[in-house]
Amino acid sequence: MSKVRPSPWPSPPAGEGTGAAGSLSPFEGESDWPAGRMRAQFNTRFNGLTMRAAKNTKRNLVTAALVAPAAAWLCVFLVLPFIAMLVFAFCERAPEGGYQAAFTFAQFANLPTRAAAFWNTLMLAPAGALLCLLVAYPVAYYLAVRANPRYRLILVSLVVVPFWTSLLVRTYAWMYILGSRGIPNLLAMIGIEDVRMLNTPGAVLLGIVYGYLPLMIMPIYVSLEKLDRRLLEASADLGAKPVSSFFGVTLPLSLPGVMTDVALVTILLLGEYLIPQLLGGGKVFFIGNALVDLFLQSRNWPFGSAIAVTLVAVVVVVLMVAMRIAWKVAGTRQVDLV
Amino acid sequence: MTSDSNDIEFRSVAKRYGSVTAVSDISLGVPKGAFVALLGPSGCGKTTCLRMIGGFEQPSAGMVYIGGQPMNGVPAYRRPVNMVFQQYALFPHLDVEQNVAYGLKQMRPRIAAAEISRRAREALEMVRLAGFGKRRIHEMSGGQQQRVALARAIVNKPKVLLLDEPLAALDKKLRTAMQIELQSLQRELGITFMLVTHDQEEALSMSDLVCVMNAGRVVQIGPPQEIYDRPANLFVADFVGKTNRIAATIEPGANAVRLANGVGLAKPARANGTAGAAMVAFRPESISLVRDDTATLHGTVTHRIFLGSSVEYSVEVDGLGDFLVTADRRSLDESDLAEPGERIGLRFDPNAMHVFPA
Repeated sequence: MSKVRPSPWPSPPAGEGTGAAGSLSPFEGESDWPAGRMRAQFNTRFNGLTMRAAKNTKRNLVTAALVAPAAAWLCVFLVLPFIAMLVFAFCERAPEGGYQAAFTFAQFANLPTRAAAFWNTLMLAPAGALLCLLVAYPVAYYLAVRANPRYRLILVSLVVVPFWTSLLVRTYAWMYILGSRGIPNLLAMIGIEDVRMLNTPGAVLLGIVYGYLPLMIMPIYVSLEKLDRRLLEASADLGAKPVSSFFGVTLPLSLPGVMTDVALVTILLLGEYLIPQLLGGGKVFFIGNALVDLFLQSRNWPFGSAIAVTLVAVVVVVLMVAMRIAWKVAGTRQVDLV
Repeated sequence: MTSDSNDIEFRSVAKRYGSVTAVSDISLGVPKGAFVALLGPSGCGKTTCLRMIGGFEQPSAGMVYIGGQPMNGVPAYRRPVNMVFQQYALFPHLDVEQNVAYGLKQMRPRIAAAEISRRAREALEMVRLAGFGKRRIHEMSGGQQQRVALARAIVNKPKVLLLDEPLAALDKKLRTAMQIELQSLQRELGITFMLVTHDQEEALSMSDLVCVMNAGRVVQIGPPQEIYDRPANLFVADFVGKTNRIAATIEPGANAVRLANGVGLAKPARANGTAGAAMVAFRPESISLVRDDTATLHGTVTHRIFLGSSVEYSVEVDGLGDFLVTADRRSLDESDLAEPGERIGLRFDPNAMHVFPA
């Protein structure tokens, strides 16, 4: 495509420049040399145009090549399934499972039967994210501001490395710790009997905070590490004690990062399946668990689709609200993080 | 004890970072109300000194006094000094007035909000930024940010204002304007200003006391004119202003200096070198170009840089190498500039010559 197209005009005759070979011009009846010059001019301009067009095409091709894989992937595995679900949500469950064609709002009318899953998800996901934040911020602050730079890398990897092992394995470990042979067993030995830890909202919350902690720490760590230390010196110079410097400078400047982080973790938690499944034991279940149940157990695809579509709608709303708040924070307190 | 007339006093102060010595054994007193410049090449320890006064670094040895009070171990937020930081370090999340009011809000006992805003606006007026209070920092130009930083630093009425290369980020014209403004601000406030700079012109033009530093030590302290006219050693002569250096010998017994090309000159009265190898230094403006036989040295003009009010020549002097000569345009006839390639004579007053031990 990048090839320059050959000029549609015959190449200028060899003797043209001398003005001697008039008969060779394709423009009969005109004096040959102005025609030749015109043609030459036109050819140059035309070649320029084709070259520019070729350049544009090339640039578009590069863009396409960069975007195509992701676009194709998202189209096939996200957009199309979502359209399918949207369609399913208005269908009926076929007697033998799956779905059959219909147009009904029955599935959406049926949503209240799964109110508990919605309630758990919508309460525990933001609560988990906030709790996670409360645990993560001091750690991130310590790592970014207080830790000896010499050991910082080691300390940061101590946060990140556990993240590399499977969440499943780590959650199983928590199942054991919280289960009857774990902490309750130890408590029983000192006389505190019948403590139930596993399969409670508390256990799910703990699993959530534990599982998502690195995800919360890292972005806050990065934004705190970028913080210009001279701002803290300026703050101290102006008479601010370290605590005042934190609330007057460090915290406000890290807020946008914190907001994004909380929104991100909340959204991920809204679709959480594994932790409630293992640590909630079917008693504390999330929407994710309800979906698995509906699609794989009772094979009620239309109802499952209706729930999934509703969840997406909720996520969009949460995101928009979070954006509005973040925007408001950034709007009244302009922050240059770079 | 310390003299009461000194706002800042260093007593045998040293600062080491591990095995690196940034500042070694500095003793220095800055009188109340002075405008002092710490001048030196980068890495000479001048910023470290400033940061030890600000409280961002603690000396490894020696004592720092501010207003007669020992400051070792006192954190930055308890010191009666304020600083204008090199890149200003303005708070990006606060507007101009909030930046200026930041220090006032830290005062205990608390100041009423109305009083804070009145004083902040007053400080902004002093730096001629009245009406800019509600602007965001990133909406201000470099020069305006500089003024905000100044207002923020003077609003707490410090004993000493510290300025860390405050004009380095401004263009030349703005820099000159700010130099004058800083000077008049200092007179208006009557407090001690301490400026760190590597720009000798800035140090000479603004301060009334220049402290030249090199390799962690103070090399010379004095009024700008003294520093320029009577440099304590070759380093100061070289660093402050331009200098022509010539290898020479001080003749034993005789009051004469013999330059490397054999030309003998009378030794200036104040030069007290012992006989032997020496270095001689001339300011470019103490040499005039002449075409008559009053010249001491002769050479060939190699380059000419026309600067408007003056002309700089590079002259290849016979047996001595390149000389820089600044000719005030009256020294040769105004229209009659020396041409590159021209043979020319150099004349100077031997008393303008500085003699240093080699």
